Amino acid sequence: MVPLSHYLIVSAILFFIGVLGVLLRRNVIVVFMSIEIMLNAVNLSLIGFDRFLNQHDGQVFSFMVMAVAAAEVSVGLAIIISIFRKKPTINLDEFNIMKW
Amino acid sequence: MEQFIFYPLSLMCIVFAVGVIVNTSPISSAVSLIGMMLGLAGLFVLLNAHLMAILQVLVYAGAIMVLFMFVIMLLNLKGDDEDWKMRGKNVLLASLSGVFVVTLLFKIFGDGFSTNIGKPAVLPETFGTTAAVGELLFTDFVLPFEVASILLLVAMIGAVVLAKTKLN
Repeated sequence: MVPLSHYLIVSAILFFIGVLGVLLRRNVIVVFMSIEIMLNAVNLSLIGFDRFLNQHDGQVFSFMVMAVAAAEVSVGLAIIISIFRKKPTINLDEFNIMKW
Repeated sequence: MEQFIFYPLSLMCIVFAVGVIVNTSPISSAVSLIGMMLGLAGLFVLLNAHLMAILQVLVYAGAIMVLFMFVIMLLNLKGDDEDWKMRGKNVLLASLSGVFVVTLLFKIFGDGFSTNIGKPAVLPETFGTTAAVGELLFTDFVLPFEVASILLLVAMIGAVVLAKTKLN
């Protein structure tokens, strides 16, 4: 039986990789994917705690996380497309048209 | 026996996750992300959360990644070698998050944590089935469930409005 701490370690490492992707990449699509990695890491620790505490609450929470992730991705990609139409770049450092 | 499945799967997850942020071409990043999500679905099966594993494959590796692929193809993004460059402003933040992760791992490894809930609970037959999760979803969490459906509706309308071409 794999102990709970190993699942949590995998989850922490995946979350850290996601944070690194958000901080270090400038391609906006890859930044979005890194956010997905972070959400998935959180799902893993929620479900891991569920298994070891014999509850189902964490699975319902991760269900909600999936719903929010789907909403976030659809709106975010729509925003990227509409910005791309105005200014053909996906470099995050050039996305400053909302500044005033 | 479980270890022989857990460690290769988690290694695969971590390798694919690193592949997402290291690849210069967005398509390779997306394919790596699909691999990571499938590995996570395997981990969910190991944790007896079968419904969540299926939803992970259907929603994440299916729907969301198709959306990503679609946008990458639509914008015709080429692999841009110049894009992989450290941003100087964020190096401090990245190292701070590294410290955070080291602290977290130290806490997880530390004693007192594993003694309380490290022992796996004895599971009933119905753990992780659709019936068990659905019962909780429609009794205790029925309000968040309805709010999530409204959120999805709003996101759908918002995506259509944002991505619509200007008619003038």
